[in-house]
Amino acid sequence: MRAGRKFIVGAALIVGSVGFMIAEGVKQTGVYFLTPAELAAKTSADPTFVDHVGFKLGAKVVPGSVHRYASAQRIDFKVSDGIKTYPVVYQGLVPDTFTDASDIEVVVEGRLGEDGVIRATDVLAKCGSRYEAVPKA
Amino acid sequence: MTLLGQFALWAAFLLGLWCVVLSFSGRWQGRPDLSATIVRSVYAICGCLLVASVSLWKGLISHDFNMEYVWAYTSSNLPSAYIFSAFWAGQKGSLLFWAVVLSLFASVAQLLTPRRFRDLMPYVAGVTSAVVAFFVSVMLFAANPFERLGFTPADGRGLNPQLQNVGMVIHPPMLYLGYISITIPFAFAVAALLSRRLDVGWLHAIRKWTLVSWLFLSVGITLGMWWAYVELGWGGYWAWDPVENASFLPWLTMTAFLHSVMIQEKRGMLKRWNFGLIIGSFLLSIFGTFITRSGVIASVHSFTQSNVGYFFLGFLVVAAVLAYTLLHTRWGLLEAEVQLESVVSREAAFLFNNLLLVGIAFSVLWGTLFPILSELVRGTKITVGPPFFNRVNVPLGLLLLALTGIGPADRLAEGVHRQPAAPIRGATPHRHNYARRTPSGRGARSLRHHGSGACRIRGRNGRTGVLSGGTSPPANAWRDAAGCALPAGGEKPAALWGLHRPRRDPDLLRGLRRHGVQAGTGGHAEAG
Repeated sequence: MRAGRKFIVGAALIVGSVGFMIAEGVKQTGVYFLTPAELAAKTSADPTFVDHVGFKLGAKVVPGSVHRYASAQRIDFKVSDGIKTYPVVYQGLVPDTFTDASDIEVVVEGRLGEDGVIRATDVLAKCGSRYEAVPKA
Repeated sequence: MTLLGQFALWAAFLLGLWCVVLSFSGRWQGRPDLSATIVRSVYAICGCLLVASVSLWKGLISHDFNMEYVWAYTSSNLPSAYIFSAFWAGQKGSLLFWAVVLSLFASVAQLLTPRRFRDLMPYVAGVTSAVVAFFVSVMLFAANPFERLGFTPADGRGLNPQLQNVGMVIHPPMLYLGYISITIPFAFAVAALLSRRLDVGWLHAIRKWTLVSWLFLSVGITLGMWWAYVELGWGGYWAWDPVENASFLPWLTMTAFLHSVMIQEKRGMLKRWNFGLIIGSFLLSIFGTFITRSGVIASVHSFTQSNVGYFFLGFLVVAAVLAYTLLHTRWGLLEAEVQLESVVSREAAFLFNNLLLVGIAFSVLWGTLFPILSELVRGTKITVGPPFFNRVNVPLGLLLLALTGIGPADRLAEGVHRQPAAPIRGATPHRHNYARRTPSGRGARSLRHHGSGACRIRGRNGRTGVLSGGTSPPANAWRDAAGCALPAGGEKPAALWGLHRPRRDPDLLRGLRRHGVQAGTGGHAEAG
């Protein structure tokens, strides 16, 4: 076999495996990114929806809803997009940027329990205003 | 001062347009006066933008809170280092920073590029000026740093406490320098395509630029990782955030480019690939700015979401279409000079390395854009996070690491064995010149005779050198030359310097000459 052809086989192997890994990776690790309203719409349309998949929820923390249980390293709060509000339970450390002072944006990753409470596996707080304050809508 | 700054921006914009029109019209060919005009307009743009920058800094330092930008990012109690760095703390200022640095780079490129590339330079000036003019136009029409408020607040809003870190002073400039300096190799690539000077000349002209931009990108990314680690509490250095990915993408393609240019220089292969890579790297650097500015992708970095994003998207599309169309029209002229001879050759190792790097870049790009793509195609936003990137990139990274080990050791089919030994004079048909190829001076592995008194020297590091002519034993010639390349008994820094610029080392040439050896360095040095 000529070198050029051998190379093409090798290149095809690389390209193919990259493609395969991307496809598999998306299938197995992709999570829905939803707003509370979208999550509510999905669960009302298909109640089993949340049983199968985790999701990320982008919303704002409801001011004054944060309860910290320092000894258990647990934190409870509510998130809302103005349409729908969900309570969240999170076990772990939240970043310093997470406060309930003013409506800060968070991304909550987790699953929705049957009791309507989101059990978060990860909470990300957007870093305030990195460059400029977001104009108040 | 804002009036002066505003005026300087307009002047830079108009000069930029003038330079672009003159450059791409091609009228300057055979008209040295017009070429000189084009080059001078590059300097003039740089001057205007320096004036604009100074006036912005003046506003910042003098706490002119009537300026919207000064009010938004500083306050009277802010430490002076952050007042200074507030220049690039906000979107408007960072646009100006980008424009001024690019025009500085463009001027340096015009000044320092050797004269043998002078028929490329007006085109280079045109490309750099087009990019500068784009950035200035964004400032003028969408995000003007010299905008004034209708009133004068007593104090500014100050800088976000999270940005008050030494990282703020050094990380953005480093990353920007990396991003921006990619424009210069891109400009040379476009110039080479336009002028149909498609030999390796343009690669020689940009070698240092690619290294510089790769270095700044690396430093900038590393500083960003460190800063995120101390400031954001991610619990790690790298979180595959879209903004991080945006800086990582051009780094990957630039790394690939650094490798593949060597194959083109040595073997005349991969020409199309190299053009594609450098155009891609430039587009990715603009793309990075686009996704950080437009807010199309959710990120922990919440930059201002403004219509500036549309400007960048438009520019990205136009630049991509123009550059790749140009490449397409020159496609036939970019035939490889040599065919790949073996899959276990160093060339093949480089090719695989390139494929892997581009594959990694593609997977990162795909993962970063996936929320948008899935929303477009399936109507729901699906995101992929660190698990995806780790899954895909860990195996690819390991493969790359393996190649990193194999590549330098692999000399099985290096083309030099098959090429006839040409006596090196002024211009060698291939660029295996002795002085450049055995800079380590640490020892030769083998000496291969190729008849007619010519021999090749293979260094321990796998580099090859050619000696031709001469009456004395070539081994002596080598020993002498190698000894001279490392200044005998010299201090270490001096010795390192000697290694760094071996081809200008007169001792080396003298050593060679003593043995009647002709050393050619592509037209630079000739002995014998």
